Amino acid sequence: MNWAGLYTVLSGVNRHSTSIGRIWLSVIFIFRIMVLVVAAESVWGDEKSAFTCNTQQPGCNSVCYDHFFPISHIRLWALQLILVTTPALLVAMHVAYQQHQEKKLLVLTGHADAKHMEEVKKHKMRISGSLWWTYVCSVVFRLLFEAVFMYIFYMLYPGYQMVRLVKCEAYPCPNTVDCFISRPTEKTIFTVFMLVTSSICIVLNMAELVYLVVQACARRGRHNSNPPSGKGSFYGHKLSSEYKQNEINQLLTEQDGSLKDMLRRNPDLQEKGDRCSAC
Amino acid sequence: MDWGALHTILGGVNKHSTSIGKIWLTVLFIFRIMILVVAAERVWGDEQDDFICNTLQPGCKNVCYDHFFPISHIRLWALQLIFVSTPALLVAMHVAYRRHEKKRQFRKGDQKCAYKDIEEIRKQRFRIEGSLWWTYTSSIFFRLVFEAVFMYAFYFMYDGFRMPRLMKCNAWPCPNTVDCFVSRPTEKTVFTIFMIAVSSICILLNVAELCYLLTKFFLRRSRKAANPKHHPNHENKEETKQNEMNELISDSCHNTVIGFSS
Repeated sequence: MNWAGLYTVLSGVNRHSTSIGRIWLSVIFIFRIMVLVVAAESVWGDEKSAFTCNTQQPGCNSVCYDHFFPISHIRLWALQLILVTTPALLVAMHVAYQQHQEKKLLVLTGHADAKHMEEVKKHKMRISGSLWWTYVCSVVFRLLFEAVFMYIFYMLYPGYQMVRLVKCEAYPCPNTVDCFISRPTEKTIFTVFMLVTSSICIVLNMAELVYLVVQACARRGRHNSNPPSGKGSFYGHKLSSEYKQNEINQLLTEQDGSLKDMLRRNPDLQEKGDRCSAC
Repeated sequence: MDWGALHTILGGVNKHSTSIGKIWLTVLFIFRIMILVVAAERVWGDEQDDFICNTLQPGCKNVCYDHFFPISHIRLWALQLIFVSTPALLVAMHVAYRRHEKKRQFRKGDQKCAYKDIEEIRKQRFRIEGSLWWTYTSSIFFRLVFEAVFMYAFYFMYDGFRMPRLMKCNAWPCPNTVDCFVSRPTEKTVFTIFMIAVSSICILLNVAELCYLLTKFFLRRSRKAANPKHHPNHENKEETKQNEMNELISDSCHNTVIGFSS
């Protein structure tokens, strides 16, 4: 399991994301993971072997390196990228669950032929109902992880800058010893680059959150304005079979509640068993 | 996620490029990315280990190396290649958006688009016109800008494109002035010049593609302008409307179906 494996897993999620989500995923893979793998890893490759201290005291080199670099940038970035990309799997799991429910419905209503099953697998789920909540949670978690890691970076390596020289007094180094870091400028450039892309990802996540909230409010506004346009009184309309059918359709779309209960409550549903084209 | 994955992603974009765009992509992958991976990375592999300074002062070598090589050639080329190839994704996103719209129309049962099934929409190649033309042209423009910026950054950082054999360093903690020797300077110069030459070829290809797209655009516009002039008084309003509709249909739906596998 390496970055390519993660890419395969997350490409599936791509289909059910919003457009901003897809842009976010591309930025993550191309400007962060790929840069990490093809460039940054070779910059930090010799970070310990080329860390030189002005002393011949055995052990001083190792102790000073460990004191100033409790966890290497590369490992921190790898952890950050893994944690930031995995909330998308919540969405993947929920989509898989919904697809499973849809397949069950097809089987129960007698439409379980290969063509319908394939379409269930291939069609894009609308982000509404409980899937909306899952999606929003995943975006919130992404934001949280990004912010936490940026803070950790700032705490461990103040100013995001890599200095050329560090003065070390840890035992067994005699008095104060000058230690020199390898490629500090190149490391600073890449740290700043990764920081900028991380900020871009945060902005994209916030934009996606705003977009989802606005979409939900707009949908709710449209939903509220529909019932009054029906014939008769409000209560008369509520009891009409059309309204009941609309409710059933909405429930089918949002996949809430147990399917069997639904079918037991509305036995005529088995005849009108075509899946609502909410896609 | 490495160069192979980038190749997979960009291979899909290839389908919707012009012929010059396809040549550009081939040059990019074979003469730049492949050379970088199989040759250049080995040449620069021991750049710091074999960077030797004429002093026993600990830390002097590190500091001098950092002073003369703020960012290694290899990393600069890797960043350049990533930045130069990503504008093509704008085109891929636009094509995916158009496909999505066509699929929606197809599902609604629109009579305008006569496709047999969704598979045909997926395999269809879109003509570069309308908003896709603007996206494509912008992507070429960005490519040009990134290429130029990185070539300038190279020239600025390394005072030309030559790798010197000897560098004189007097940064602290080096005592006075110290001679430092670069490993494989000639081989590095050869590869630097090679990469610069290929970069220039790519710039030329991009400029040619831009000119080609502009020429096509103006030709198409002049053909459209020329058509109504042939029948000024012979058509009535209905026929004109029908002709316009036919043109729209043929422009958006009557595209060549090329069965490329992605």
